[in-house]
Amino acid sequence: MARRAGRITLALPRASDLAALAVALFGATAAAAEPPGRVVSINLCTDQLTMLLAAPGQLISVSHIAADPLASVMADRAGQYHLNHGQAEEIHAMAPDLVVTGPYTARYTVDLLRRLGIEVRELPVAQRLADIPDNIARMGDWLGREAQADRLITDFEDGLAALAPDAQAGADARPTAVLHYANNYTAGTGTLAHEILTHAGFANLAERAGVSSGGTLPMEQLVMLMPDAVISGQRYPGQTRAEAVLDHPAIAALRDTHSSAAVSDAEWVCGTPAVLSAIARVRALHGAGG
Amino acid sequence: MRFSLLLAILGVLVAGLFALSLLIGPAGLTPARALAALIRGEGLAETLVMREIRLPRALLAVMVGASLGLAGAAMQGYLRNPLAEPGLIGVSGSAALGAVIALHTGLAAGFLLGLPLAALTGAGVAVGLILLLAGSGGGSITLILAGIAVSAMAGALTSLVLNLSPNPFAASEIMFWMMGSLADRSMLHVWTALPLMAVGWALLAALGRGLDALTLGEDAAATMGFSLVRMRLLLVGGTACVVGAGTAVAGAIGFVGLVVPHILRPLVGAQPSRLLAASALGGAAMVLCADIAVRLVLPERDLKLGVLTALVGAPLFLHLIYRTRKEGL
Repeated sequence: MARRAGRITLALPRASDLAALAVALFGATAAAAEPPGRVVSINLCTDQLTMLLAAPGQLISVSHIAADPLASVMADRAGQYHLNHGQAEEIHAMAPDLVVTGPYTARYTVDLLRRLGIEVRELPVAQRLADIPDNIARMGDWLGREAQADRLITDFEDGLAALAPDAQAGADARPTAVLHYANNYTAGTGTLAHEILTHAGFANLAERAGVSSGGTLPMEQLVMLMPDAVISGQRYPGQTRAEAVLDHPAIAALRDTHSSAAVSDAEWVCGTPAVLSAIARVRALHGAGG
Repeated sequence: MRFSLLLAILGVLVAGLFALSLLIGPAGLTPARALAALIRGEGLAETLVMREIRLPRALLAVMVGASLGLAGAAMQGYLRNPLAEPGLIGVSGSAALGAVIALHTGLAAGFLLGLPLAALTGAGVAVGLILLLAGSGGGSITLILAGIAVSAMAGALTSLVLNLSPNPFAASEIMFWMMGSLADRSMLHVWTALPLMAVGWALLAALGRGLDALTLGEDAAATMGFSLVRMRLLLVGGTACVVGAGTAVAGAIGFVGLVVPHILRPLVGAQPSRLLAASALGGAAMVLCADIAVRLVLPERDLKLGVLTALVGAPLFLHLIYRTRKEGL
């Protein structure tokens, strides 16, 4: 019964609603209110939020990606936990009370874990800055760490307010920026990266080029848009054709002559308080054009 | 048709396609603006688009196409077999393997020629193996079977290297290495490939008269003073250089070396030395055509060049196999 209730609440977007429903269903006798003692996370973004919120000893394992400094802002800390590879068999062997993951991670693994009777909760992807406090609250509720979550949310919202864009600058007067990832992939409206750019006071050129959410922006078009700032994707070891576009002479020339540059690193990946430092770095690009 | 006239027509065709290739792209420049940017450098953005994005793409299409056409004509002349083609017999695939190893072990990052030299080594090993297995008197079946084995091995090892790479994008590039593309290449790639290609073109061009003599048989060629050993070395070295350098920057593009000599052979009176020059121009035209087509048909999908060349080349290949069988060779 408790598991079933857990699944119902997943569909609800707000932590406050979730708490209300939990009260409505179980009242003061709710066994589900007992915080899970053994938590395993198998998704990079839930890895980082659980590490921020979990009580000592509560979190047993995070995904191996959380220990990769190219993708994770908490790589050092992740090294203290057992690193899993998201395999159902390995996770089952850890006998977790709760497995947390993102909505797109390893569908078969999640289905299998549920069939094995393990409770799995899926945290929605933060597509807007406003989703981040909701996700922190949701995770705090799942872990029974509401007080820690509230503190994290307050700090985050204070930090966000301190970085708020100048109100007077109209959308047209703002400097322009574009995100340039491997394979000429870019991010438009409806992505966290877009919100980071916008909150840092830039207009995202992907929006002007008609790219909503994720899509490709041919390099020719990117150059013709003459962005004031180019935010490049993270580079990984080994040389690939996909990443070769990041250092293409046309883009390099743009950086040398016209645009300021930054790298979209691990801070941009997940909806965690780390996006604040991403926003701060982009804000620092104002007026830094070459 | 007179040979000089044929070369002139092919030359004009290549020049026209080259210009067309420079004028096509998502930036939406008018031809006047495009040329002003290319030649006089008017406008920062336009100049970057023309000189750094479109020019290297068009140049590479010519270089890679000419290389593949030339290599195909030379191999077919030496083996006296119309089925010999660098892509089909695994030379391009082996070059891709060499390139992938260089890129993912850091050899390519170490020094500029590391990438093409590694691809050259891969191509050279493959040509050497093929000639060893299917050289003089080997026949079509041996050639194709040896080619299948070399291709399969090179393809599998390329996939293995890309799957083992720590780079998350590596595995998705298997298709590029097997099918080839000229999207978003740069002048750096032109300079990387050009020196070795130029050496290869010279080596293969030096084969011309020897190949003519070889049409009379190996003994006749030997009595005319053409050393078969020297010719084999020229062929292996030249093919390794051009296919290696081309594959290193554009991936493996198949069938160009099959289709182009096949179409042009009757027009040069089946004379191998003339076929070399004509096939170089014809190959450049074919790859330019394919690269223009991928940008017009599916501009946003990065359609691979090898897909188009295979659509044209594979039916022809089947036809050639059928004809070879009927002739009982």
